[in-house]
Amino acid sequence: MSDKVIYVMYDDDEALKDSAKKLVSKGVKISEVFSPFPIHGIDPIIGIKNTRLGIMAFLYGITGLTVATLGMRYFMVSDWPMNIGGKPNFTYLDNMLAFVPISFEFTVLCAAHGMAITYLLRNKTLPGMPAQNPDPRTTDDKFVMEIRLNENHGITEAELDEMLKETGFFELDKKEIN
Amino acid sequence: MQKEAAIREPLILGHKTYHDITEDVCRPIEDKAPKMWYTLFGIALIIGLYGVGCILYLLGTGIGVWGLNKTIGWAWDITNFVWWVGIGHAGTLISAVLLLFRQKWRMAINRSAEAMTIFAVFMAGLFPLIHMGRLWVGYWVLPLPNQFGSLWVNFNSPLLWDVFAISTYLSVSLVFWYIGLIPDFATIRDRAKKPLSKKMYSILSFGWSGRAKHWNRFELVSLVLAGLATPLVFSVHSIVSFDFATSVIPGWHTTIFPPYFVAGAVFSGFAMVQTLLLVMRKAMGLEAYIHTKHVEYMNIVIMVTGSIVGTAYITELFISWYSGVEYESYAFINRATGPYWWAYFSMMTCNVVSPQLMWIPKLRRSLMFTFFISIVVNIGMWFERYVIIVTSIHRDYIPAAWSMHFPSHIDIGVYIGTIGLFFVFFLLFARFFPVLALNEVKTILKGSGQSYKESPDYHKHH
Repeated sequence: MSDKVIYVMYDDDEALKDSAKKLVSKGVKISEVFSPFPIHGIDPIIGIKNTRLGIMAFLYGITGLTVATLGMRYFMVSDWPMNIGGKPNFTYLDNMLAFVPISFEFTVLCAAHGMAITYLLRNKTLPGMPAQNPDPRTTDDKFVMEIRLNENHGITEAELDEMLKETGFFELDKKEIN
Repeated sequence: MQKEAAIREPLILGHKTYHDITEDVCRPIEDKAPKMWYTLFGIALIIGLYGVGCILYLLGTGIGVWGLNKTIGWAWDITNFVWWVGIGHAGTLISAVLLLFRQKWRMAINRSAEAMTIFAVFMAGLFPLIHMGRLWVGYWVLPLPNQFGSLWVNFNSPLLWDVFAISTYLSVSLVFWYIGLIPDFATIRDRAKKPLSKKMYSILSFGWSGRAKHWNRFELVSLVLAGLATPLVFSVHSIVSFDFATSVIPGWHTTIFPPYFVAGAVFSGFAMVQTLLLVMRKAMGLEAYIHTKHVEYMNIVIMVTGSIVGTAYITELFISWYSGVEYESYAFINRATGPYWWAYFSMMTCNVVSPQLMWIPKLRRSLMFTFFISIVVNIGMWFERYVIIVTSIHRDYIPAAWSMHFPSHIDIGVYIGTIGLFFVFFLLFARFFPVLALNEVKTILKGSGQSYKESPDYHKHH
């Protein structure tokens, strides 16, 4: 099914945010925003939910802590209990204090790397991936809004053009996609 | 848009636009490198290669080529290790702790400070590895199943904690740094004209496109990584201090070591950041982004951490007497008045006296003075570790075993070599990587930029 994509470019983050607010209040669906830096407050306007990566980091951290605890219990208590300076390792609790540093480090290691890898995978930003920003200037000083006609059934292209003109954009680009 | 008080000094000087920031940061990467860069790189490379040569000689011959003896089994290697790890701490402190405190001035310096951290930790990690003598069995420090039966590494040993701490610290800092670099690499990619650099930066930028959802994730990932890195940075140098503090050697067996080492690490790290940035801002024309105010903030950190370090020295001295333990007091009396008095004296002057000069606003805003003090602090902090390590062990319980440590030329070569290698890495970074977190700096332009702060409608409500 063919579709038309409209790229509306602004030269200021506030200008984009203001016009996004206006457009959304008129029932326009904005499918994407490309910007050189995070525009604070844009997410609720265009309906982007907050990321859940923080929860993932917590889960990875818990996993790290568990692995470290089980690992050290196995190495130091069950497999080969060492008697160091008359302080034997008969139970995990006997020796828990000595295990705190590594438990902590391993928790951080797993949480940080787990989250970073998930972040890259979810973003689909990986070595060798092609860039998808519609204009090279969006990583410099321009801000682009992407509107798809197929996602805005109630609005005709002419009506949309009129609304966009009022927002005072910097450039406008249309593309047919199949 | 976030507003800040009008009396606060602007963080970005001059009338910059978003595009100017991109230009200012990318131009040194896109232009030909200046002659000075090649000169410095050549010098650093020669020194670095000399260090590599010394390391190869050491590995081929054995640890005996160091100036160690039966009494002094640890000297320059561990001193250099702790010195480098300490230097590394400023980068994470700037990027993680200051992020949690929402300090906007960190944005101009965090990228290069983090790079410094990573390269410094590389250099630090080298010392325990070469101290093994047999580098190729370095993986024995990991808990791997092996052919010797149920033999595992000792999880009760602070040396093993250090393995985990340093490797976690290095890899987490690297990830933190790289996640921040991705959007900036994308900026360079989209500007690149030559096919080779376009290709390189498009691989490095992982196809970053700056979508709103990605930025949403980016901000959370940065925040959580900062939250994880903050306790990490404190734990790493605490664990380094455990290498000494958990032993029973008078002079090492000190409960104040962890906070004292962490403060010292931040102190020396900020000094190194000053040394590097004062040169870099000038050489790369970044005076509008890294200026007197940033230097002043960093000097205040140096002053505070320097005071903590000074307090720790005096506390240590007092407690050694107050403990009533003869050996403990002797360790400290010997430090100050024994054959290593000059090392103790250098440490006290460089680390206790010099940061106190920063109370004077005129001095802490002077760039030349800051540069001078930053070098002094770097020297002082090296002596601190040397004093702690060598003076505590060179006169032990049996006077017949008393000895002195004299570094061999390999000791010196390896140390100087790591400084060379560090600068090789740092110069490569300054040449090919965006040295300023340019896209993050853009977010503070409207709140803290000079032209915006001076404009009449800055303080109107939106």
